[in-house]
Formats: sequence, structure tokens, C-alpha cells
Amino acid sequence: MSKRVLEILKSRFGADIYETHSQFGDDTAVVNPEKWLEIAKFLRDDPQCAMNMFVDLTAVDWLGRQTPRFEVVLHLHSFERNHRIRLKARIGDDDANGVEIDSLVSVWIGANWFERECFDMFGVHFKGHPDLRRILMYPEFVGYPLRKDYPADKIQPLVELRNVPDKLPPFGLDEGMPFGRQTHDYPRGEETN
Amino acid sequence: MTSGGAGTTIQVLEGSETGFATTKFDALLNWARKYSLFQYPFITACCAMEFMAMASPRFDMARFGAEAPRFSPRQSDLLWVVGTISQRQAPALKRIYEQMADPKYVFAFGTCASCGGFYDNYTTLAGIDKVIPVDVYVPGCPPRPEAVIDGLLLLQDKIARGDRTPAIVKPRRDPTVQAGNLVRLGKKSTAT
Ligand code: SF4
Repeated sequence: MSKRVLEILKSRFGADIYETHSQFGDDTAVVNPEKWLEIAKFLRDDPQCAMNMFVDLTAVDWLGRQTPRFEVVLHLHSFERNHRIRLKARIGDDDANGVEIDSLVSVWIGANWFERECFDMFGVHFKGHPDLRRILMYPEFVGYPLRKDYPADKIQPLVELRNVPDKLPPFGLDEGMPFGRQTHDYPRGEETN
Repeated sequence: MTSGGAGTTIQVLEGSETGFATTKFDALLNWARKYSLFQYPFITACCAMEFMAMASPRFDMARFGAEAPRFSPRQSDLLWVVGTISQRQAPALKRIYEQMADPKYVFAFGTCASCGGFYDNYTTLAGIDKVIPVDVYVPGCPPRPEAVIDGLLLLQDKIARGDRTPAIVKPRRDPTVQAGNLVRLGKKSTAT
């Protein structure tokens, strides 16, 4: 049903639509990141598309698997025409340079917090965002936790953790998750990981 | 304040007309403390559901003298930490603990508060004891109200003894013992 939207996009933007596919009822277009804002505006304003609902925006980090490392994923829905579409744009190189894309807040105001979250978790810079700062993590946090190169066991405590030299009973050194990593950065006696 | 010791006895002397009792001052004080726990609930996550069950009439923790919640740390002496504490919340928790007046007790309600639970990640504090000292840990995700009542009784017991070492609520039935009694379904089918 939404394949029609893909057709419209392809005929309107031509080579800026890199690829499209329709799997499992989801219609996806991978687009040129330069045209991100323009395509979004078109999708909202064109009467045949009429994407009046912003559903979701997030990112995927494909470190080591795909060369434009980040994929910004946008989901849209049209109440008027009852179709939905997914847009993707691939940005950034392996060293996370040039991870930036146009902000869609001027198109759908609901994009505001989603873009802030995406910035917070993946470090995607949204150009033209009115208030791009962290939304979930604390301002003192360094780095972007959902990037694949953020160490899985790295924590950044805001208060100094208590240093109890020997873990008091009932807990021993293997306290915590039996299946998890035991490599947190806080001091654990003479154990150094 | 030091402990009254395990061997504290209360003697009522016969033959006195008005009747009086002798005890140690500490023991009397601890006895009073253990039945007048003013609680500060620091409730952040799903364990709150079980805390509500605990506080409601069916399980009724008012029976143990832990009745009135005080929403000011300055008026309370038992800090319930119920739910997941994120790194971002840790300073607030620490500050609340510091604002409480002595004697103060901390109750880690649920696995998250005790050791971080299954949140082994960048945002979760792996147990509140990384920031503040804890008196009683109640495991469970969430713990059943019975386990919490066990914990409360354990805390009262510790208060009466003047014991400040951490304690943990044990499961009523040992899961490892239980696992040994399980019937092996596969065995039977191979035999026949
Ligand atoms: S221990 Fe379980 S129920 Fe309690 S806060 Fe953590 S995840 Fe929720």
C-alpha cells in the first residue's frame, strides 16, 4: 500500500533515493543525507503522501560492518492516507567524523526530543536543532553510550563510590549478575580488570 | 551508641507494690526504636508495586511499627530504597541519606537496589551499597511481601541487638535443595 509513496519519492528525487525495499510490509527508502530535510518536507506537504505524523527517529551504529557508519532511521505515518514509510540516511565514517544531518524539528515539532535522544545515545549532530543537549544522560557524561565503540562495562559515576576493602557479608567478590561481566571500573580489592 | 548485647534480660522484681523493671538503657532505647520506624520511601521503579502491596492492609507493615511514611528525610529513620537507581540519581540518594538524622537504617528492597539486578550497563548503579551503607538486603525481582516482612523483622532484630552489619533475607526454601528433588522426566521415558 505504501509502495506508492516509494514510487512518488523515486520519481520526484531520482538519484537521491539510493535504494528502496519493501519487506514484511515495511516500505523503506535509503536516501541521500544531504536531501534529508527536503525529502521530509516533501513527504509532509505533498498531498499524495501527506505524512502528518512523526512516529519515531533513532539511529543504528554499524561499526565495522558498513562504511557510512551510522544509519539514521525515521518512521512516518499518514493519518489522512493511512500509510507509513521508513526513511534511512547513512552518515559518518569509521572514526565518527561527519556524523551530522539536518534537524527535522522545523518539519515535525515532535522530532525535538527524539533528536535529542539520538544525539545523547549516538552522538548524531542535528543541524538546526533548537536545543541539542543530552536528554537522558547527565551533562557530565563523556561519550555516547550506544555507540559500538563505547565499552560495554564502562560506568561514569557522579558520586565517588564507597571503597569497602573487603565486601561485607553477605556479598563476596562474585556479587552481582552470575552471567554478566565482572569488569566494572570501580575498585574491587586487589582485583584489577 | 553501643549494643545492649545478646544476653540482655529484663527482670521484674516480685514484692514491689508499684512494680518496676530493670534493663539496660541501650536495650530500652533500641526496643523503642525498633517499633517506631519512620520511613522515607525512595521509590523509583517496578518494585514500587510490591511496596504498595506491603503498605496496604493485606500485608500491613503498620503491624511492625513502621507505619507513618515521612516525606522528609529529616524526620525519618528508615530509608527504603525501592527500585533501580541510575547513576544520575545516585547523588540525590546520597544527599537524602546524609540528611537523615541518626540513627538511620537503609533497606535495599529488591535485586536492583541490592546489586543492580540485570541492569549491567552504563546507566545503572550496581547496588546502592556502592554509595550508601545498607542494613538489610531483600533479594527478589520484585521480592514478595512476605520476604519484605522477613526483612523488616530482621531489621528490627538487628536494631534490638545494636548490630549494624549488613544482613540478607534468605529464601524460605533453598532452591538448590529443591532442584535435587525434581523428578527427571527424561529418565523415565528412556527406561520404558
Ligand atoms: S528488582 Fe525487579 S521489580 Fe524491582 S526494580 Fe528491579 S527490575 Fe523492577
